[in-house]
Amino acid sequence: MSDKLYPIAVEVNGVQRTAQVPARLTLVDWLRDELRLTGTHVGCEHGICGACSVMLDGEPVRSCLMFAFQADGHRVTTVEGLAQADGAMSILQDSFCQTHALQCGYCTPGMLIAAQGLLNSNPRPTELQIREAIGGNLCRCTGYQQIVDAVRQAAERLSAEVK
Amino acid sequence: MKAAPFEYVRAGSIEEACEVLQREGDAVKVIAGGQSLIPMMAMRLVRPGLLLDINEIAALKFITMDPDAVRIGACTRQSVAERDEGLASRMPLLRQALAWVGHVQTRNRGTVGGSLVHADPCAEIPLVAQILGARMVLRSTAAARTVQADAFFSGPMMTVTEPNECLEQVQWPVWGERRTGSAFTEISNRHGDFAMVSAAAQLALGDDGRCVRAAFGLGGVGQTPLAFPQLAQRLVGTRLEDEVVRSVAHDAAAESEPGSDLFATVPYRRQLASVLATRVIGAAHEQARSKG
Repeated sequence: MSDKLYPIAVEVNGVQRTAQVPARLTLVDWLRDELRLTGTHVGCEHGICGACSVMLDGEPVRSCLMFAFQADGHRVTTVEGLAQADGAMSILQDSFCQTHALQCGYCTPGMLIAAQGLLNSNPRPTELQIREAIGGNLCRCTGYQQIVDAVRQAAERLSAEVK
Repeated sequence: MKAAPFEYVRAGSIEEACEVLQREGDAVKVIAGGQSLIPMMAMRLVRPGLLLDINEIAALKFITMDPDAVRIGACTRQSVAERDEGLASRMPLLRQALAWVGHVQTRNRGTVGGSLVHADPCAEIPLVAQILGARMVLRSTAAARTVQADAFFSGPMMTVTEPNECLEQVQWPVWGERRTGSAFTEISNRHGDFAMVSAAAQLALGDDGRCVRAAFGLGGVGQTPLAFPQLAQRLVGTRLEDEVVRSVAHDAAAESEPGSDLFATVPYRRQLASVLATRVIGAAHEQARSKG
């Protein structure tokens, strides 16, 4: 059975993209394999590891648990879209560097999206809220402590900037 | 880990969705949030010929307060329900349960109705529906019918929804008693994973501190989420003394039919059921009492 193709139009990191996709193509595979946005990682492919997290209309979702056609008419932000316009790292990304919040880096895009989702709705999270926000993302290197530190540092730096 | 090929149709309205269901019958599978369905498709446990997407039907996304009930559209996101303050004040048990449903990323996509129709026996939203007696409105091209939770869940991952029907909304009864308290808890390997055992309770106290109304139930220890209306009745009229609560929780655990797997044996699950039922009844009591 050959796959029928469906037209989609999705805003990805501020750029309108159109494509013809088979129904069974997941959003993460479209982002990585077709758009070559390989910052988003694909781990377990069934919604356990969180590495593939992206923002859909501003809220973190797992891009392996969506088909690309379901993003039609919606807005997607990947980890590439978190950086500043000139390509410099965001404060959150820089905080991950400062606190050594990554080793192998596999979970990092998902962690950044989850953390950014938290900071967007809650600029001054408690440690418990940070741990809850990244609770759906697996990291096998850091033991999570430095990631929690990074998010806390980013929150402090961002709120200092606002003042 | 890739789904088998299938065709796709996006419904713009509930009427359109019902027409597709009527025409295609068993070949079609409805997708709402897809947070359980897509992994099952990736593992090829499910191979629908046609996927009917109801995510873009705006009429299925609402939270409405009636005098004695809250109505929630089937495609309302779990995170939207979780954040709704009106819902939290009228029916706090649902927010308490939603905190245990998956993770932020899955709640942003998963829907209230999808979880009910999926009918996983250890899922949180079905347990709340079961103990509160939620009513599911099922629509087909011909008509709509309302089914109460105890008749809706027919087995593990099974409901009485016919192939030509689509869940349209869920009606959750709201208790009018001023001193109402509720609680939800569960044990899983990792927060957000499938519960080994979950427990929920809702109680109301009279002005004299006696229990005037009670409901509680257990998830993960039967073919469907279990409510225990007769055992709950034994709490009514008491002051919820420790020995009464423990005895009722013990009897509920004894009535349950847990299975065994890699993570937990039957005796361990039954022990958890008894302990967690005791805890939620105690916590619901404490909350009701605080409304002095």
